[in-house]
Amino acid sequence: MRVLKATTLSLLVAASATFHAGANAPDDDGAIVHALGRLGFGARPGDVERVRAMGLDKYIERQLEPSKIDDSRVAERLAQFQTLALSNSEIVSKYYTPPQQQNRAQNRPPQPPPPPTEPGQMAVPAEMRQLRNQANLPIIELSQQKLLRAIYSDRQLEEVLVDFWFNHFNVFQGKGQFARFYLTEYEREAIRPHVLGKFRDMLGATAKSPAMLWYLDNWMSAAPDTDVQMAAARRARGGGRPGMQQPAQPQRPPRGLNENYGRELLELHTLGVDGGYTQQDVVEVARAFTGWTIEAPRRGGGNFLFNPRMHDNGAKTVLGTPIPAGGGQRDGERVLDMLAAHPSTARHIARKLATRFVSDTPSQALVDRAAKVFLDTGGDLKHVTRAIVTSPEFMAAEARGVKVKTPLEFAVSAIRASGAEVRNAAPLVQQLRTLGMPLYGAQPPTGYDDTAASWINSGALIARMNFAAALAANRLPGTRVPAADPEPLARRLGSPQFQKR
Amino acid sequence: MIDRRIFLKNGGMALVSLGFAPTFLARAAWAAERHKVLIAIFQRGAVDGLNMVVPFGDAGYYAARPSIAIAQPGRPDGALDLDGFFGLHPRMASLMPFWNRGDLAIIHATGSHDDTRSHFDATDYMESGTPGVKSTRDGWLNRYLHAKEHQKATPFRAVALAPQLPRSLQGTAPSLAIARLDQFGLRPGAGGAAASFEAEYAAAAGSALGRTGTEAFEAIRALRAADPARYTPANGADYPRSPYGDSLRQIAQLVKANVGLEIAFAESGNWDHHANEGGAAGQIANRLDDFARGIAALATDLGEAMRDVVILTMSEFGRTVAENGNRGTDHGHGNAMLALGGGVKGRRVHGRWPGLAVEQRWQRRDLAITTDFRDVFAEVVTRHLGLRDASAVFPRYSIDEKRFAGFMS
Repeated sequence: MRVLKATTLSLLVAASATFHAGANAPDDDGAIVHALGRLGFGARPGDVERVRAMGLDKYIERQLEPSKIDDSRVAERLAQFQTLALSNSEIVSKYYTPPQQQNRAQNRPPQPPPPPTEPGQMAVPAEMRQLRNQANLPIIELSQQKLLRAIYSDRQLEEVLVDFWFNHFNVFQGKGQFARFYLTEYEREAIRPHVLGKFRDMLGATAKSPAMLWYLDNWMSAAPDTDVQMAAARRARGGGRPGMQQPAQPQRPPRGLNENYGRELLELHTLGVDGGYTQQDVVEVARAFTGWTIEAPRRGGGNFLFNPRMHDNGAKTVLGTPIPAGGGQRDGERVLDMLAAHPSTARHIARKLATRFVSDTPSQALVDRAAKVFLDTGGDLKHVTRAIVTSPEFMAAEARGVKVKTPLEFAVSAIRASGAEVRNAAPLVQQLRTLGMPLYGAQPPTGYDDTAASWINSGALIARMNFAAALAANRLPGTRVPAADPEPLARRLGSPQFQKR
Repeated sequence: MIDRRIFLKNGGMALVSLGFAPTFLARAAWAAERHKVLIAIFQRGAVDGLNMVVPFGDAGYYAARPSIAIAQPGRPDGALDLDGFFGLHPRMASLMPFWNRGDLAIIHATGSHDDTRSHFDATDYMESGTPGVKSTRDGWLNRYLHAKEHQKATPFRAVALAPQLPRSLQGTAPSLAIARLDQFGLRPGAGGAAASFEAEYAAAAGSALGRTGTEAFEAIRALRAADPARYTPANGADYPRSPYGDSLRQIAQLVKANVGLEIAFAESGNWDHHANEGGAAGQIANRLDDFARGIAALATDLGEAMRDVVILTMSEFGRTVAENGNRGTDHGHGNAMLALGGGVKGRRVHGRWPGLAVEQRWQRRDLAITTDFRDVFAEVVTRHLGLRDASAVFPRYSIDEKRFAGFMS
């Protein structure tokens, strides 16, 4: 076992490295390859030489200041897309078709039995297909954007962190009819600007994002007597709108408290499952966030709204701290303040980051140090990230080549390693499905797992070998590797060593 | 059916030629032994269980559905009488021989007590097996694989005939999603790269990656030996020409190929009939025809092997008792499941019928639930698959045999 491990490592590590706490990063090529595979999505041809010339310390420091790295080449590649800069409201109004119109497309002519088709294909009227393509354009462009940035951006650490933090605050694109329209703004406004900023800012941005409010149902969470209150308010305003016949609505269940967001906020976003909260805390937190909703939620409204009529104005107690009655929207803000500064949150975030950057089982010492930095800096993620990626544990020879790549990391690193030119990333989006990791496609709020057990299985490995062979032989549409003998490249990208970073 | 000796010879020879033989032969031997198989079929979109298994003996049914009800047995286009109270939709006639032989059972008024009417959440809860808990990472079938881990498991122990691994099977226990059996494996190209992979992963056999890679090559060989491209269903089984029918045919192939299949998963879609659902004819009738003929073909094809197989159907929730203003039904609550196979106490509709009068309905609108879906799943994994204790499969739920519907002997 030891011998085998050493053999594997020797394939990756050109020279052995020694490193002591407090010293500068080692700068042997093995250390550089390691850093390129952890701070980024792997080395492109020439990257090792570039980092060697610059010095590994300086490279890491630069990656921690992404705004100082010129990224205009990626901007050029992204200029082809129409939706990346649009707001939620703009995307919904342009690309969402209400069900009535869909039905019209579907029912003209009225529903003949589907003709027999090739296996694997469903008969879909052309008009319906067009509506579907249109509805999918924002998420398809967003997915291509993610791949193109991961492949070509020189702000590699930022891309790794956007992936990490999106996954931490996961929203599934398939939730209900609107989630997919909200993700473009969500990643751009709630995640990306904060990945090296303050945790509290990102937490607050996700809490107010229509994407999260929709995904975890908080938009509909209301104090139990809300229906009564809202009806009274309508009566006070002089009743509904006479003469306007509403279409028959399916009966809705009575409104009330929805604990989904409150629970995941504590369990996943902040304290962690063993973070020391109770079911009563979940209820109290959910009460604090009643009224945090979306403008016109059933029509795909794109903006956050605090609706005081849905809010539970009573006193609450969260983690033993009283929140007096009458706080309104401030109740939720106070809860976020409390959670963002909590030692359990610091430990939870530190462990997750260390798992991503160092190993599936990071040492307690590393987690404790990073958690302390989190608390000492008021949750400054630049400092926390730096503490991890410059730690002796990160630089240690044992840390190299031990993380199994996720399918995203595998595919992107393969394209980077091969020096491929991607003219159309849409087929690659499809490849990620085949590889078992559809982009923006993690259904549970846990997001995708970051440890080996989830990604090593025989079906997935076969898919990876096929991907390697197809890429090397230029059989992936839209992607070209520099013409050469495909065999050595395929062998390298499909090898066990290349599945790790 | 493939010849088991050829399968062993092909697989074994190749491994011997690599100079080591891990547990492969033992696994192959186990795979060829008799063992139990569960085939789960998910009806995505929430099938209208009241038009699938029609409670024609309940006056509330006809009162609530003036235009889409299925007529009583004996009338034109009437339901197929099961027990004088329930009947199958007339387009499900292909299943009647199995009912009459006592191989097919129904569990009615079953589902999740969670009150969500969201497809997304209800599907999530049914597949994770944890209603109300969103952060469960793995699916109930994957937890079953862990609960009954054994060394002889082959890579084909759990297979979804689908492009994506369904939530039910997601998790850390190995399971495969295969869209088409005849395309499973390494595609040619890139010179001899494909051939070199096997040696590379074998050389890394000390690591989980190496072991898993080696298993992948075993799986490819096992499937090649079964020759899925040249498969003829047995006993005149006639699968419907649909993606669903194709997936069931391939499940039959895997069962017969003796590759160690224990859990199979297939899906049937397009059940969300909010408008123009139809009754004895129309949208739901066409879907039920496809659905039933697929199951009938699978059971016919498997023939004798069905004594070790249970086919279990499920859907995320039922639909409203009353039809809506668009001659369809909206999202409801309780539903019906079908169970067919060896050990099934067939020719019976199991579960307590709560009634369809308005005051008997859940929230005065939907079929109430008298059997929690987890009790149905738990009954199958314990009484059919032989798991002694299902508590790890259904966390935060206490399994009590007294609540079982009793459809498995």
